[in-house]
Amino acid sequence: MISLNVNGKIYKVEVSNDVPLLWVLRDHLQLTGTKYGCGIGECGACTVHIDGKAQRSCVVPVGEVKGKKIVTIEGLPKNHPVKRAWIEEQVPQCGFCQPGVIMQVASLLSESRRPDPEKIIGAMDDILCRCGTYPRIKKGIRRAVQLMRKEGKK
Amino acid sequence: MRTPTISRRSFLKATGLTIAITMTPFGVEIINASMQKPGFKPNVWFEITPDDRITIFFGNAEMGQGSMTALAMIIADELEADWEKVNIKPAPAADPFKNPILGAQITVASASVRGFYDHLRKAGAVGRAVLIKAAAETWNVSEDECEAISSIVKHKKTGKTLTYGKLCEKASKLPIPEDPPLKNESQFRYIGKPMARIDIPDKVEGKARYGLDIKVPDMLYGTLARPPAYGAKPISFDESAAMAVKGVRKVVPTPRGIAVVAETIDAAWKGREALKVQWDKGSHPHMDSHFIEKYFMECLDKPGAVAKNVGDAKKALEEATKKFEAIYYVPHVAHATMEPMNCTAYVQPDRCDVWAPTQAQTGAQMIASRTSGLPPEKVHIHTTYLGCGLGRRSQGDFVSEAVMVSKAVGKPVKIVWTREEDIKYDLFRAATCQRIQAGFDSQGHITAWVHKVVCTSILKTINPAMIKDGVDFYCLWGIVDAPRPPVFSHTVYEFPNFYVEQFLSELPIPACPWRSVQNAPNAFIMECFMDELAHLAGKDPIEFRMPLLKNNMRARRVLETVAEKAGWGKPIPKGNGRGIAQHSCFGSYVAQVAEVTVNEKTGAIKVERVVAAVDCGPYVNPDTIVAQIEGSIILGISTTFTEEVIFENGGVKSANFNDYKIIRMSEVPPIEVHIIKSTEKMGGIGEPGVTPIAPAIANAVFNATGARIRRLPLTPQTVLASLKK
Repeated sequence: MISLNVNGKIYKVEVSNDVPLLWVLRDHLQLTGTKYGCGIGECGACTVHIDGKAQRSCVVPVGEVKGKKIVTIEGLPKNHPVKRAWIEEQVPQCGFCQPGVIMQVASLLSESRRPDPEKIIGAMDDILCRCGTYPRIKKGIRRAVQLMRKEGKK
Repeated sequence: MRTPTISRRSFLKATGLTIAITMTPFGVEIINASMQKPGFKPNVWFEITPDDRITIFFGNAEMGQGSMTALAMIIADELEADWEKVNIKPAPAADPFKNPILGAQITVASASVRGFYDHLRKAGAVGRAVLIKAAAETWNVSEDECEAISSIVKHKKTGKTLTYGKLCEKASKLPIPEDPPLKNESQFRYIGKPMARIDIPDKVEGKARYGLDIKVPDMLYGTLARPPAYGAKPISFDESAAMAVKGVRKVVPTPRGIAVVAETIDAAWKGREALKVQWDKGSHPHMDSHFIEKYFMECLDKPGAVAKNVGDAKKALEEATKKFEAIYYVPHVAHATMEPMNCTAYVQPDRCDVWAPTQAQTGAQMIASRTSGLPPEKVHIHTTYLGCGLGRRSQGDFVSEAVMVSKAVGKPVKIVWTREEDIKYDLFRAATCQRIQAGFDSQGHITAWVHKVVCTSILKTINPAMIKDGVDFYCLWGIVDAPRPPVFSHTVYEFPNFYVEQFLSELPIPACPWRSVQNAPNAFIMECFMDELAHLAGKDPIEFRMPLLKNNMRARRVLETVAEKAGWGKPIPKGNGRGIAQHSCFGSYVAQVAEVTVNEKTGAIKVERVVAAVDCGPYVNPDTIVAQIEGSIILGISTTFTEEVIFENGGVKSANFNDYKIIRMSEVPPIEVHIIKSTEKMGGIGEPGVTPIAPAIANAVFNATGARIRRLPLTPQTVLASLKK
């Protein structure tokens, strides 16, 4: 039995330590917003936050995250500036990669509230989108930065 | 927004106005389905209920191309509906959702909006007309005195109003008008305006349900050990070792591989590992990428089937003052949709349910019917969101195996393909090798065009019966007309003597449509060769094309527009190169200009900027047009630089995104999209944008360096090799 802290809730799951966190989230906890794209940490569709850092849940054995705080797309508040920016800029197409993209951007902006283009590429270049929404992802990031700045001033 | 498919019962319970579009032998007919008796098939396009909700049933696939929103916009506009009150539900597989121009319920050929546009406008207008009539009767006034505004009917003189919800029951009992008045363009509320997509909020929340997210009670997970080489058969496997893995329930040998069914996907994968299948070497053990390319080259000299023969091209070539020929090669490319193939099926004695991210409901229903042994009406297709489609999801292979395995275990089974399976067992974009020979007269006019196409056949994989006299016309789109142009493609260039011959590869590599089908590889070859001819004739590439397009105003106009927007002819920094290409398919016209820099030491190419012009005729959601063209260009750049499926030992070597590289954010240039205001016939938008980018880039590389590269992808190695020549 493994105890997991996901989106502020404690779950107990009967699963062996070596199972990737991704599949525990999706199939045991029914948190299917986190997607499977490659299983080797190459595409980023499975990105979640583990203790505040963006990580690829497809290559993290569930045994390694006991006692850590996990946040998935479902746990990121609906009014989070990145989620709002994604709607305002109409970023997704098929949308399959976007939960991972959004979690990566949220992590980037929590570390740096005004990332320069180099920092953006550094954080985002390992996340793949087959629909080619990259120009809108960039726009979405700019919009989220603006939204955060506005809120910061309040 | 997206909820499970409605049952027939919930239809019958609804009291409201229900409008259906149905295909009859005489064409498409619009009916008031509100009063349907029990037994009525769910074939409804939209309904209005007393709570003022307007529910639109969407029978296509939403894979990011935005047609869920666009089709709803068309109905809502003519219905004069308040957009806030509209919601969408997925429709089942049923005749009324068959695309009128394709004849099947299938989302391909960039045909959703153009296929349904007229019918949905009329259906919306019918709804508006009967609601106005219901209000007029209620107030005992003439219909002319009433108008519909945003889900309300208003009596102009008195200002009295009734909502659609209040009117729907009365309206449901009225006969529907034959020819309801349609809006004129200036009255459009939604059509032609950038509208936020209906599916995006759920996608941002992680709530949108894809095939991969399906879970039904008592469901098991399945995976297949698949042959490592084409034609390979299992020699042995250890069933008991697989069964010994905790959670594994059953091992099911199938014609597609050995399935392991388990309580979790992880257990299924561990069970598959434990099978330790020994395979024989398959039908072509020596086939690798080098072998394939060499074979294609050799086939250029084998006799093929004649696909087009106008005038006497061979004689004209002999008599030409000046001749030129070139050979091009485009390898197999994978679809690699972000959501790998998957399907959930549940076969019971009297029904079969299929939950699938499918582009082809009609096809999925037929395949599941055949595989389960149940009649089609007992097969229920539940279409989920699609994590990208690109044509791959128009095929039924991933559906049939789920049905097969569920039938064998008597439980619902979800088959999830790993990324490795998704790439190795893809039905690829067909490879092609082509030789074009052109002849000029003394004035520099093209008098002869002799074209040999060697290709992997798409139709051999998807529908061999459609191969006529040895010709696979799917593989010729963009070179010669497909049947029924411009539904699929039509050639823009005409030559007085024009001969096209096709040879279909006999290698066992499967292929299926890949965004634009073969328009993209064929456009690469046609448009690069045009650039070569222009250079040979000492002419500007646009000037050279214009006389060849004299009967084609729309093709000329996209070229002229893109030239102007890109500053064609204006100086660019030294060392940069600029290239242009155009292509027409699926009823739309696209031209693109790419600007590149080439590092002559490393062979690396950087695309600095892309400008696109598109004429797709009248359009519904311009924001989607821009998104689709941008996405198409980015996908096209990906195939231009990195994508090539590698084969070895008679099978596929490429496996995952570490060895099958697709484009990343840092490789994306600034892209400008210019939509031409056009009153011409409506064309498609999902695919045409992908076609001109590879040739525009290759032509720009030539412009920058003088190196002509006739093979995709344009890797640094091919660039360096061409620079040395």
